Amino acid sequence: MKRGPGGLYATPAIVWLTVFFIAPLFIIVLYSFLRPGLRGGVEWSLTFDAYRAIANPTFAKVTLNTIVVALGATLVTLLIALPCGYYMARSKNQTLLLLLVIIPFWTNFLIRIYAWIAILGNEGFLNDMLQALGLTNDSIRFLYNRWAVALVLVYTYLPYAILPLFSTIDKFDFSLLEAARDLGASKFGAIRRVLMPNIKGGVLTAFLFTFIPIFGAYAVPLLVGGTESYMLGNLIADELTKSRNWPLASAISLVITLVTTIGVMLLVRANGANVLGGGKEASEAKAEQSAPLLNASLVALPHSGGGAS
Amino acid sequence: MKRRSSFSRAVFIGTIVFLFMPLFVLVLYSFNESKSGSWTGFSLRWYIKLFSDSPDLWRAFGNSAIIALGSALVATVIGTLGAIGVNWYRFRLRSYLRTVTFLPMILPEIIIGVSLLIFFSGLGFKLGLFTVFVAHVSFNLPFVFLLVLARLEEFDFSIIEAARDLGANDTQTLMKVIVPMTMPGIVSGFLTAVTLSLEDFVITFFVTGPGATTLPLYVYSAIRFGVSPVINALSVVMILGTIALTWSMRNFLKYIAAK
Repeated sequence: MKRGPGGLYATPAIVWLTVFFIAPLFIIVLYSFLRPGLRGGVEWSLTFDAYRAIANPTFAKVTLNTIVVALGATLVTLLIALPCGYYMARSKNQTLLLLLVIIPFWTNFLIRIYAWIAILGNEGFLNDMLQALGLTNDSIRFLYNRWAVALVLVYTYLPYAILPLFSTIDKFDFSLLEAARDLGASKFGAIRRVLMPNIKGGVLTAFLFTFIPIFGAYAVPLLVGGTESYMLGNLIADELTKSRNWPLASAISLVITLVTTIGVMLLVRANGANVLGGGKEASEAKAEQSAPLLNASLVALPHSGGGAS
Repeated sequence: MKRRSSFSRAVFIGTIVFLFMPLFVLVLYSFNESKSGSWTGFSLRWYIKLFSDSPDLWRAFGNSAIIALGSALVATVIGTLGAIGVNWYRFRLRSYLRTVTFLPMILPEIIIGVSLLIFFSGLGFKLGLFTVFVAHVSFNLPFVFLLVLARLEEFDFSIIEAARDLGANDTQTLMKVIVPMTMPGIVSGFLTAVTLSLEDFVITFFVTGPGATTLPLYVYSAIRFGVSPVINALSVVMILGTIALTWSMRNFLKYIAAK
């Protein structure tokens, strides 16, 4: 590494991201401590009203719902993704299986949500089938509740979990599993005590890749949820566009940001300590973490070639 | 081993069915004659309506195309230069740039959208195509940066030294050595940026204004209150379009990488 024109090359990126990414984040921190203006905007006087408002029961209910839905959907996603990643990693047709997982993922995000409206709606595919089979006369209301939100979230983010799990399990040396079996471990025991500790990094990446977007979900609960399945994302949008309470919207955004960042830091730290036995430096742990993260995004993105092609 | 693999096989097959089933339903319904609900017969009327009688949709598509290409281009230039700087040179704020490019990947989209909306409104920017463009450059930039960086990391600094020893100045080194050999990374960064931009709904939703409806925003307004048959037809066209586009780009990338 040398001195040279590096600073010059990096200046546009530094300026752009500072102005349009970091500064806006600082502005919402500032705004969250101000008084709301009459029609949006803020008045320049310091107050903790926004944070007081977050603590009230209505908000607490939405926060709780967001946490329950996000944890539940993430857990289900991981439970489905683990065997999928395992099967793909052990397969001889990896490229084909990867394509099968990625092709639905190429479909536009809103179209994927919409497809579920077409299936679960009152005049949708499922009700149509049930009525044709004579199982029901009236259409059943599948949409606009918490279960529909969770289902569509799992559907949307499943590939986010499968891809990092696949790439980690793929790197695992399966002769270790055979060795464990030879030494008398049961099938399940070998998987739990030899495979799982080795793919912890991938599980963590998959967890974060799924949990973070689900925790900040906006479009899915908006389109397939009802009032009881409101999530924090919807609350922010309402405060911004309907109630025009910018400080409150900022404060809720800040809570999501903090939960996300603290979550990432805690998990990376816990995981780094476990995987590396705590002996190595933190920076190395971080590199270990970011590698699969980046790798997963590379595989996940349509044309970057992926690991298996 | 055998039982385990048959279990994972069953889950995998189930998952693929789960992932594809909604798309098949869309394809099926796009050919349905009636507006919604039960199947009444094969018809191409929604495709005809899509291509000949949906001016707003195509205007939205035009906006999406302009934003996607424009923001991808700017993000690619800025992101590539940033990656080159970070990979090979030492300068102040180097670790700052590395951290900042990582943040958008871990923050939920809604946070980026909300903070930009408040930022633009607070500064008195008029919301519209320009603010959408700025927002798209901002979330595309880190992806281009990381993709180009991944490519750069395969090379040794001695290549730069060799160029310098042979008398190239900084500009020549950049344009004649670094950029050509990073091309596959740059192209895949650009294409990724185009895709992300075309795909984005949440961030655009917050920073958009009158006259700046993109395709995802149009789709949103159409599906908000239930099923819309033209959107069924659009979905099928988009799915096929993405597959065709991705397929040709994969080959294009392989061709560049091989050159």
